[in-house]
Amino acid sequence: MQPEINTFAVERIITPKGNRKGINFKGFFHSFTGYKKHIALTIMFLPVAVYFIIFRYIPMYGLTMAFKDYKFSLGILGSPWNGFENFERIFAFQTFYRALRNTVVISLLKLVAGFPMPIILAIVLNEVRHLKFKKVVQTVSYLPYFLSWVVLAGVFIQLFSPSTGVVNYVLGMFGIEPIYFLGDNAWFRTTMVVTHIWKDIGWGSIIYLAAITGLDLSMYEAAICDGANRFQRIWHITLPCILPTITVLLILNIGHLLDAGFDQIFNLYNSAVYETSDIIDTYVYRIGLNDMRYSIATAVGLFKNVIGFFLVVSTNYISRKISDSGVW
Amino acid sequence: MLKNKFTIFDVICYVFLGLLSLTILLPFIHLLTLSFSPSYVATTPGLHLIPNPADITFDNYAKVFTSKFIWIGYKNTLIRTVFGTAIQLLFTAFGAYVLSKKFFPHRTFWTFIIVFTMFFGGGLIPTYILVKQLDLINRYAALILPNLISAFNLVIMRNFFSSLPEDYEESCMIDGAGRFTIFFKIIVPLSTPIIATVGLWLVVGHWNAWFDVLLYIQNDIKFTLQIVLRRIILSGTQQLIDMTTAGTFYEETNSSVEGLKAASIYVATIPILCSYPFVQRFFVKGIMIGSLKG
Repeated sequence: MQPEINTFAVERIITPKGNRKGINFKGFFHSFTGYKKHIALTIMFLPVAVYFIIFRYIPMYGLTMAFKDYKFSLGILGSPWNGFENFERIFAFQTFYRALRNTVVISLLKLVAGFPMPIILAIVLNEVRHLKFKKVVQTVSYLPYFLSWVVLAGVFIQLFSPSTGVVNYVLGMFGIEPIYFLGDNAWFRTTMVVTHIWKDIGWGSIIYLAAITGLDLSMYEAAICDGANRFQRIWHITLPCILPTITVLLILNIGHLLDAGFDQIFNLYNSAVYETSDIIDTYVYRIGLNDMRYSIATAVGLFKNVIGFFLVVSTNYISRKISDSGVW
Repeated sequence: MLKNKFTIFDVICYVFLGLLSLTILLPFIHLLTLSFSPSYVATTPGLHLIPNPADITFDNYAKVFTSKFIWIGYKNTLIRTVFGTAIQLLFTAFGAYVLSKKFFPHRTFWTFIIVFTMFFGGGLIPTYILVKQLDLINRYAALILPNLISAFNLVIMRNFFSSLPEDYEESCMIDGAGRFTIFFKIIVPLSTPIIATVGLWLVVGHWNAWFDVLLYIQNDIKFTLQIVLRRIILSGTQQLIDMTTAGTFYEETNSSVEGLKAASIYVATIPILCSYPFVQRFFVKGIMIGSLKG
């Protein structure tokens, strides 16, 4: 019997009777000897494995809290199961649907308004020939990416202030009443989208710019010979050529639809605008940690994680198919 | 053969880029001026860009620098950034190195369970309960351990290690060097680009981190800079007084709420702003390595 050695237990066993499938116990247990053979590597890997088990997989087990009536004194293991009761309750909450709606709406707004912006920036940057100016603009545009939303909240709260803020001051010069950008449900989402674009446009343009600079110049020269102007060259050459990059990033973005920007919203929202700004993550935070309704909050979190999982995996799969490259 | 004519199109491009740069720079210049402005200037609405030389005051900064909370914040942020990044880099590199070796047992399995965590996780509440049960609340460990190894960083490092030639290692093993020796004496020096890139990502992450501190640290002696800053920015006047000095607020007429907030923002952000121009090249390179190849 000549089993083909591999690391899995089920193997083809070649016998005089021809190929047969069987469970190769010997090969399976044999594979564990590799740990002793490469003992240094095993020791190196041990803390890594321990970390993932403790801090990533045990919390996954903690998701069972979503199906239990968690009591702190009893712990996760000791708390009684209550089936889907938590889910029935959250699906009856108006606040849950509000959070879900806000998450999707804000994400879609950011996608529609925000996704094209880095592309436009990359294209415009590419058209500029003055190298120094280009470098300066790029350096300046990356800056907001490196700052935390705590700092940026400080900046925007100042700028958008209805009393002392610049924006309202300028609006006042046109005779417009002060707008409570961060306190008015009618304006909050717009403010979120605009500030999000402001923060990400520079950093987001890097990938597109890299793709554009990799394009073959002879295409452009041929187009000029045919009489194409700048705009036509962009529309008919640049854009179609970076379409794979755009598609991959668009699909990956869709995979994160349920992450609507916790850092940003948490630092900028307040109870006056929960109606339009409370997203799933902020909702989970409030009912879980402020109200301490752990089971309910875990149930909402599980809901989001499961849907998010399918979204991310399927969009990754699709983007891989399209361009032969994904996140991994 | 490209024509060098400066067309209307170019004008639009330059104007667009110029406006964009202004929208990013102006708020920061405005805030900088605000931080040096006395209260009668700071409370007047409008864009403050260039301060009237007679109107410059250092009172805002004096108040911020004499606040013990800013220094506590700096100390804690530095501790967490330095130790956190070092430990995280070490273990991420360990994991990446091991998984880059094709002969490591069950390599596919381990890679799978690590990559799986990029797509699914316990979420906020279970992780919080875990940290609580491990008695890490109010400890620095709570800021380092929960996110010790990012699967994404590990994969990037692993891909890099895989691209290193194996002959070096093999010849060293023949000469009798152990794995750890090889790792530290050969692999690490060869991997400075990727270590620098991932390290910088981690440093910025630690410097800007605020949510984990909010969750796990209640003892204000361990607050990091971002949390101190957050309290200052989101607080009302009373907390601002507590944060910045002890009760001498109304004796000074030069500092104001806006001025203090602006000064605090700058004090917290100066290190990043200063190191940023030199360091941003690495990040740009890093994102290329990460996304185009990884």
